[in-house]
Amino acid sequence: MKHLVLQQQNCNTRRSNSFRTSGSLDSSVDGTFKSPAALFWLVLHGLCCLISLVLGFRFSRLIFFLLFSTNTTTTTTTNHYTVPALLRTTSDTAQTLTLQTPSLSPPISITDTPSNRTSTTTTSSRVVVGRHGILIRPWPHPNPVEVMKAHHIIERVQREQRLQYGIKNPRPLIVVTPTFVRTFQTLHLTGLMHSLMLVPCDLTWIVVEAGGTSNETASLLEKSGLRTIHIGFEERMPITWEARHQMEARMRLRALRVVREQRLDGIVMFADDSNVHSMELFDEIQSVKWIGAVSVGILAHSGNSDDSSSLPQKQEDEENFPLPIQGPACNSSGRLTGWHTFNSLPYVGKSATYFDDRATVLPRKLEWAGFVLNSKLVWKDVEDKPEWVRDVDTLAADGEDLESPLSLLKDTSVVEPLGNCGRKVLLWWLRVEARSDSKFPPGWIIDPPLEITVPAKRTPWPDAPPELPSSEKMNDVQEYTVKHPSKTSRVSRSKRKHESRIADVQVSGRNAEGN
Amino acid sequence: MKVPIWVFVVVAVLATAFVLRIGAEELDQSHQTERIADDPVGRLKVFVYELPSKYNKKILQKDPRCLTHMFAAEIFMHWFLLSSPVRTLNPEEADWFYTPVYTTCDLTPNGLPLPFKSPRMMRSAIQLISSNWPFWNRTEGADHFFVVPHDFGACFHYQEEKAIERGILPLLQRATLVQTFGQRNHVCLNEGSITIPPYAPPQKMQAHLIPPDTPRSIFVYFRGLFYDVGNDPEGGYYARGARASVWENFKNNPLFDISTEHPTTYYEDMQRAVFCLCPLGWAPWSPRLVEGVIFGCIPVIIADDIVLPFADAIPWEEIGVFVAEKDVPKLDTILTSIPPEVVLRKQRLLANPSMKQAMLFPQPAQPGDAFHQILNGLARKLPRDKSIHLKPGEKILNWTAGPVGDLKPW
Repeated sequence: MKHLVLQQQNCNTRRSNSFRTSGSLDSSVDGTFKSPAALFWLVLHGLCCLISLVLGFRFSRLIFFLLFSTNTTTTTTTNHYTVPALLRTTSDTAQTLTLQTPSLSPPISITDTPSNRTSTTTTSSRVVVGRHGILIRPWPHPNPVEVMKAHHIIERVQREQRLQYGIKNPRPLIVVTPTFVRTFQTLHLTGLMHSLMLVPCDLTWIVVEAGGTSNETASLLEKSGLRTIHIGFEERMPITWEARHQMEARMRLRALRVVREQRLDGIVMFADDSNVHSMELFDEIQSVKWIGAVSVGILAHSGNSDDSSSLPQKQEDEENFPLPIQGPACNSSGRLTGWHTFNSLPYVGKSATYFDDRATVLPRKLEWAGFVLNSKLVWKDVEDKPEWVRDVDTLAADGEDLESPLSLLKDTSVVEPLGNCGRKVLLWWLRVEARSDSKFPPGWIIDPPLEITVPAKRTPWPDAPPELPSSEKMNDVQEYTVKHPSKTSRVSRSKRKHESRIADVQVSGRNAEGN
Repeated sequence: MKVPIWVFVVVAVLATAFVLRIGAEELDQSHQTERIADDPVGRLKVFVYELPSKYNKKILQKDPRCLTHMFAAEIFMHWFLLSSPVRTLNPEEADWFYTPVYTTCDLTPNGLPLPFKSPRMMRSAIQLISSNWPFWNRTEGADHFFVVPHDFGACFHYQEEKAIERGILPLLQRATLVQTFGQRNHVCLNEGSITIPPYAPPQKMQAHLIPPDTPRSIFVYFRGLFYDVGNDPEGGYYARGARASVWENFKNNPLFDISTEHPTTYYEDMQRAVFCLCPLGWAPWSPRLVEGVIFGCIPVIIADDIVLPFADAIPWEEIGVFVAEKDVPKLDTILTSIPPEVVLRKQRLLANPSMKQAMLFPQPAQPGDAFHQILNGLARKLPRDKSIHLKPGEKILNWTAGPVGDLKPW
């Protein structure tokens, strides 16, 4: 009995259990709709749909792509319960995206999403393989302040270079130039002035001018910004080359006297205004001790082009054809043994005597320009002055022909050959002059009116205006004014459609020419 | 103040540790400059395997261009070792073993090396040495070194993605690699590899020297490609976009003398420049670094995470300027804001002849040159831990690993 009741009870309970389990099933079914994780996933899905609607593409796909393509070690499960973990990795990858892809930061013009990510080992490189953006800043032009800083850096570097490799402690230079006012003076002095302005050491420029100091020369010298001593020599320059050479020598002596009086210290070099000097010359003469000689290239040029073909001929003279160089000659051990001079035999009888001769101008045996002196040689009362130098005053008093500074020396073997023992030509001697009576505007400034006006043969307008009635005259006036803008700017034709046809045709013609 | 005593003790300990660290750093710096002048003779012994000439001489005979291109270091290293005092003919006393196999000598008509057969060639060479001599199997290559100067070292490919996929040849995992490629945290750079400069012909560079007092008037100089039109016309892959960025930002800047021309006065121009750009290309290293050091032009290195040659002997931080790739648009600001004293100091360090000598591979070898720096690097790894010797029967390397194509005989 009890068993039966129990059984029945059990059956009942079992049945009720089953009912309860079914009920619990039902409740669990209800529960799936109501359990928090599932609800959350539904909400998320709805949110993704809304965002996709707004953005216009499948947002959820992007999330999955990013999640599952970056880190291959993450498991590709779509387990609901790992949603929070996935979300966390999303934010991580979002952060790493901004770090690793430069394409997301503002000042970029070309961007690209990184399509190829590499599956690296656990220690991943910060540097990513794949396509990167090309970073361009919005204003890719130089900043002027930075350009100035760069120039300061360059200047400092160059100064250091000069200190290390260039001449250390350069001695000051004294440049002696005889000149006089003539047509070619501006040409020659401008060239010389520019060369001297480039010399990196202290410079004193002594300019001796024949015929007294003039404003012409003075204004030229002012432009240089160099320290100049302008001396007037009270004689006019003669018109023969021979006499000119002699006078120039006397002018140079005058300058040497100034050096003596003012006790200028440094290296004296003789720069004639028409010569051309190389920059290496100024570096090379720094090494002179008392008196040195450099090789001078002689450019004996004749104004007459026929003259050069009538020079003595090629066959037998080719080996003996002289090198146009004056300077020291050395033997193999580098000691001075003699002098190269310019062979003027071919030009004998054909050389120029007057300025306006169109024949070749010949140099002297040894030009002053090829010598440099230590200024102490011309000072009075200097203890360590060597005995082989004569006094400058005695020279001038003798009145002899001072052909070259060698006449200052009693013994010519003490001259130091410079420029790789005379093998390097460091300056060039040239004499180019206009006719002695040629005129030029003073200061090369044209003060109107010029004395001669030459009529232009071809003017774009007719010399005499045509006889036309007044209306057409207006057209002509319009033509003239229209032509100027058409030349300078490409004015559109539409603006001038209302003008006369003549003007239009001419304008179009001109435009075609201009194009 | 009730500050306990132990706080003072801790502070004192930290202070001394800090001071010691700085002292150690300074010592390290001075060690660096001493290291360049080290003499490897007497500190190590190298045994050179006699391989059949098909691995070296015949390849060179087929294409003598291999002696002048930038990967010629492998050939010159072989020649140097053959006649060097560190060479020993007795392998029992050798510390290091060298295998002369020229893997970078299969050139296209244009002169670029093809790396497709190199893994097989290397594998075949290793099979040869492991079967003819017992030394490979003794340590599975841990006391062997190989020169692999190609773009990505022993990954044997010129494309970075493929190189990373392949990784270092599995058989070379335990060996020391002497390579030009160096990038931190990269698959193709093993710990303990020695980074060397690319080969630059010393005589050619000596022939183009100009007088040192020629004033340096160019601020920034670069000649080379900005866009590799053949392989990457849009830009973005080549040089990770850094070279294209340099061009786009600075093509109109008068301070930057940059172009793609090949002037005959390239070396002379470098000697007239203050800064020379050395950006990465398809690989981070560049022969411009060597040229910049030789010609006294401060190298501006634009390559993230690069490992420069002989980094433990040459103080690159003090010689060159490092610019991150993301900072390329600000390159002019960075370079102009360097104080002139720093610029002069870098130039003075660059003028040091030992620095220049360490970058070159002269023929015949001279003291302090790159060959000696490599030997110094190898000598610094001695003495070795005994654990590299394998126990009998132990095998670490997997001889069948790697792509199937590599397993074919060469």
